[in-house]
Amino acid sequence: MNGSGPAAGSSRAAALTLAWRFASFRSEGFPVLPVLILSVLVLVAVFANVLAPHDPEVGALGDRFRPPAWQEGGTRDHLLGTDHLGRDVLSRLVFGARVSLVVGFMAVIFAGILGTALGILSGYLGGWVDQVIMRVTDAWLALPALTFAIFLAAIVGPSAMNIVIILAAVYWTRYARVIRGEVLSLKERDFVRLAIVAGCSKRTIMRRHILPNVVNSGIVLATLMLGVVIVTEASLSFLGVGVPPPKPAWGLMLADGKKGLMAGYWWLTVLPGTCIMLLVLSANLLGDWLRVKFDPQLRQL
Amino acid sequence: MKLLELRHLSTHYVSARGARVTRAVDDVSLTVGEGETLGIVGESGSGKTTLALSLLRLLPPAARIVSGEIWFEGEDLLTKSHREMRRVRGKRIAMILQDPLASLNPLFTVGDQVAEPLRVHEGASRGSAWARARELLRAVRIAAPETRVREYPHQLSGGMRQRIVGAIAISCGPRLLIADEPTTSLDLTIQAQYLQLLRDLQRDRGLSMIFITHNLGIVARMCDHVAVMYAGRLVEAGPVARIFSSAAHPYTQALLESIPRMADGRKRLTAIDGQPPDPVALPPGCAFHPRCPKVLDRCRKEAPPEVRVAASHTSRCWLAS
Repeated sequence: MNGSGPAAGSSRAAALTLAWRFASFRSEGFPVLPVLILSVLVLVAVFANVLAPHDPEVGALGDRFRPPAWQEGGTRDHLLGTDHLGRDVLSRLVFGARVSLVVGFMAVIFAGILGTALGILSGYLGGWVDQVIMRVTDAWLALPALTFAIFLAAIVGPSAMNIVIILAAVYWTRYARVIRGEVLSLKERDFVRLAIVAGCSKRTIMRRHILPNVVNSGIVLATLMLGVVIVTEASLSFLGVGVPPPKPAWGLMLADGKKGLMAGYWWLTVLPGTCIMLLVLSANLLGDWLRVKFDPQLRQL
Repeated sequence: MKLLELRHLSTHYVSARGARVTRAVDDVSLTVGEGETLGIVGESGSGKTTLALSLLRLLPPAARIVSGEIWFEGEDLLTKSHREMRRVRGKRIAMILQDPLASLNPLFTVGDQVAEPLRVHEGASRGSAWARARELLRAVRIAAPETRVREYPHQLSGGMRQRIVGAIAISCGPRLLIADEPTTSLDLTIQAQYLQLLRDLQRDRGLSMIFITHNLGIVARMCDHVAVMYAGRLVEAGPVARIFSSAAHPYTQALLESIPRMADGRKRLTAIDGQPPDPVALPPGCAFHPRCPKVLDRCRKEAPPEVRVAASHTSRCWLAS
């Protein structure tokens, strides 16, 4: 298309071409690096027992605050150093990946199931069901997520499973909103009307015709939510209301390490912080790519 | 005994506080016999689709059937519970929607969708429903049904998708098929094919049909009887041949005059003056009087009653009485 059209009126076409190129660049550019990072983290989490050189929860007090191997005073035995209780940082990071990913995935899935179910009910049934669910959702979204999570954590007490439940309870509203919107447009589509005319019950229609058509958006949203959920989990652990102490959670490692920051024990905070950042960034980039890929409005460009 | 008989059916749309009432269907009586085809003709907004949806009791929440009876196979559909109505829909009365191309779920195979009504209504097993689906595809003349059942809607052409919608409609052996402008979204050649297919299905299965359209050409080809609607009322009804040769109502006459004819040579088409009336504020008397070329003083004050012009030919016009 370059320069082939007449000069007049071609600026609009050029702009469209540019927009198209940009869109296709974004949708075709498979996020290699994020997927690679995520895969490595998942593999590390799965094979944590094999990969970790030491027990992540037991330390040797004689080996406290050992720096990473390449610094003066570091040993080959503790590649990434040790913390204030002499526990191996590498082992804790490896097992921390497991905690972050398990909590993150489970919370995203639970929130997704709850939010999708309520979103479909709300959107398809309409009327007072819709009013009730949407007003609850509004109220939920008005609360600051982290404060709300801390509040819930204070009530139910810390444990990994409780964190999953809390995160699902805090974040289901995001799904409910988006899915309801999708359902509102889906239920006006002719194949849903045909199903009604063919005598299908509301339950059958929601299960067979609505649900499969919103799964796409649900998965895109789940990927984007993964980052949010993991950061929240890390924040809760950092604040001491998350995963309880001997367990190696990245947020917890940050909290333990922050006192040593002034004393020069940088590896205790920088390393878990980097892990959190890499995981969240990868999840977000993958989610963005999926969204562009599956969002019908962007796809039409 | 007629298969379907509507007696003085009225369906109104009521605004949120009941302030405004739209008489979408107003005092309509009509019958459809076994194996007969009734064409319902009228402009957009004349109440054709509302009438069809009233039959299935699938009206939007704002609409109410305020009076009348709907007798179908000897039962009044208006006295049935929601659960009982679900067993009527798709099983005894089937419907083809305005846009059959959008009527298929993009995520399921053709076989799944043709089999769905069989599984819902007859509790057929997956295997037997799929076997029936293949037969149905053959019945609607789809080549290679064995492979087509496993394909998705996007793999099929428009004409094929529409025939599949037809197959879904006849899957449970309904007695009555309501087709709401089923050919408006199709090419002319495919339209003709599809109409022929519907006729053949009707003859083979002894179906009765209600054909909603604004195309009088289709009515002439497909229907035994015609009912002409204007502003929610049935202004004229009768056998096709009689309506086309000696329409009694000026609106019907005007509709017939606005069809282009090859034989007419250079004569200009006559258009109907004015706009269809605002359904919320219908003119007093006969709703057609502001546009009627033969308007009388009486038309402005009193609505004409339904008058029998000849055997099974009725008209709502003062001129006919």
